[in-house]
Amino acid sequence: MAGRAEFSLQGRQAFYFALLLAPPLLWLGIVYLGSLFTLLLQSFYAIDEFTARIVPEFTLATYRQLLTQPAHIDIILRTLLMAAAVTVAAAIIAFPVALYMARYAGPRTKAFFYVGVMLPMWTSYLVKVYAWRLILAKQGIASWGFEHLGLMGALDQALAVPVVGGPSLASSYIGMFVVFVYMWLPFMILPLAAALERVPASLLQASADLGARPGQTFRNIVLPLALPGLAAGSIFTFSLTLGDYIIPSVVGAPGYFIGMMVYQQQGTAGNLPLAAAFSVVPIVLIGLYLMLARRLGAFDAL
Amino acid sequence: MPRGMPRAEPTVDMTPAIELRAMRRAFGSVVALDSVSLAIAPGEFFALLGPSGSGKTTCLRLIAGFDQPDGGTILLDGEDVTNTPPFARNVNTVFQDYALFPHMTVQENVAYGLRVRGVAAAERAQQAAAMLDLVRLGEFGARRPHQLSGGQRQRVALARALINHPKVLLLDEPLGALDLKLREEMQVELKGLQQRLGITFVFVTHDQGEALSMADRVAVFSQGRIEQLDTPRELYNRPQTAFVASFVGSANVVGREAAQALTGRDRAFAIRPELIDLLAAGEPAADGHVQCAGEIVDVLYHGASSRLRVKVNERTTLAVARSESAGGVQGLATGARVRLAWRPDHAVPLRD
Repeated sequence: MAGRAEFSLQGRQAFYFALLLAPPLLWLGIVYLGSLFTLLLQSFYAIDEFTARIVPEFTLATYRQLLTQPAHIDIILRTLLMAAAVTVAAAIIAFPVALYMARYAGPRTKAFFYVGVMLPMWTSYLVKVYAWRLILAKQGIASWGFEHLGLMGALDQALAVPVVGGPSLASSYIGMFVVFVYMWLPFMILPLAAALERVPASLLQASADLGARPGQTFRNIVLPLALPGLAAGSIFTFSLTLGDYIIPSVVGAPGYFIGMMVYQQQGTAGNLPLAAAFSVVPIVLIGLYLMLARRLGAFDAL
Repeated sequence: MPRGMPRAEPTVDMTPAIELRAMRRAFGSVVALDSVSLAIAPGEFFALLGPSGSGKTTCLRLIAGFDQPDGGTILLDGEDVTNTPPFARNVNTVFQDYALFPHMTVQENVAYGLRVRGVAAAERAQQAAAMLDLVRLGEFGARRPHQLSGGQRQRVALARALINHPKVLLLDEPLGALDLKLREEMQVELKGLQQRLGITFVFVTHDQGEALSMADRVAVFSQGRIEQLDTPRELYNRPQTAFVASFVGSANVVGREAAQALTGRDRAFAIRPELIDLLAAGEPAADGHVQCAGEIVDVLYHGASSRLRVKVNERTTLAVARSESAGGVQGLATGARVRLAWRPDHAVPLRD
């Protein structure tokens, strides 16, 4: 009797457990992974040039179109270079900030920094992008600042550089780069600070104790142990830049980016397979990036 | 040992390996070290003993250079290093949590001190291997720290700290994280290692047994001050304060007024439970012994040496140890009346 009661209780527990797990699993399985698979599937279809209808037959024609047209290759390279540059710059700016937050700031300063880093993320993304367009405009605050610092010459020289320059910061790749770095910086600082906070103080003391100068301790201990955080942060900045379509369409030079291409192909152009193929590009690039990071030992300290 | 006899202290006129002069360190309003001075001789195995918060760890951190004193001077080998950063001090530390670098192999951990000094890779590997052999971990060089047991990690930390041939090795609660059996093994191993290498060892511990069994001399810390600095034998047999008497081993500490009632002398004293004799019924006390009578409060059987508490008057209860060979606690029950006696010189007078 007792055994039976226990058994039914177990059954009931399992039932509740399943009930609790079902919604998130359904969400993850159907809404999230399902739509991703549908997307992938779409990229293996092609559009009938004549009727502009999707032909639901397996073909690599869309990928051929993606990878053989020089304009498409340009878009992919442009996006990739921007993502790489943004990631490197964000890492360089974020590291000292994260290091200070994690290791040197007192509790109050630390709280202040965390709020300061996260506060911009609580504001509307669009508002920030348009604000940046005004800041970087020809008569905007940025050029006003450069003028008053007597650095107008330097700004003009930077804008005169071919490809990355342009008539104003707001319509150059330099300006776009600045906005990207600003937007994704918190996503680099937070994982980095978390990783640095997890490094026990005794490891740094041990390094100094064994004769390492501060610079050596940084290179040999702090940096390797921060790599998982750097990897996590760079995945954010890299993938966010790869997929974004609003910043490149509001700020910067007129060249297309992957995200804009996806937006345009699935919208006005109506070429869903090509849009799907374009959105596979960031997935592949991030996959390659993760493999590289793993090969370089970024996750060894985990 | 009568007082006044020269003690077995290796403090002849050579330069101390470490000398602290009037060291002071406060954290806010908490005084962690209050004008501590001590000298540690080269080749000595020295223990800083005390309860948590007594200042012993602060003292070690100041010697290593991880912390700066608010006042006072630190000399290593006669040289003032008070303002020298840790990487420039010829002192190495075995950390309480071992602080092994998780992203390096055991071999790389051990070779780290050579690497930061620019020793060539081949030479590093050779010396690290030799050092790992010394701590009997020759096979484990290629492993990561997390793949080792606690005792093995401890030995890696030792090998890593010794590779630079420091003048002084500092050990922060070196055996604290190990289980009892391993701790006893490591005590023997540390002692042997220290004797073979001839390096000055300074270790921090809250375990008086550890301090007594390993150290040549022990500084007992309490509330930021050194209560007593002595050899283990002196510390045990001649504690100078009530704190030392009860922290190092167990002792009956009898306050001034209670002492007056028991012995007629107006001076606090301490007496070890094993030095109090339990007299058989009708047995006379030996000549000159202090005697008293009391009632047994409780009896605890411990095996080799059992323990009973005897209430001798309203304010004094004495702990008495009885070895199994002397009859143990057989036939002794709570409430029974017994007579106690001890040699007067076994009662150690205490400083107020």
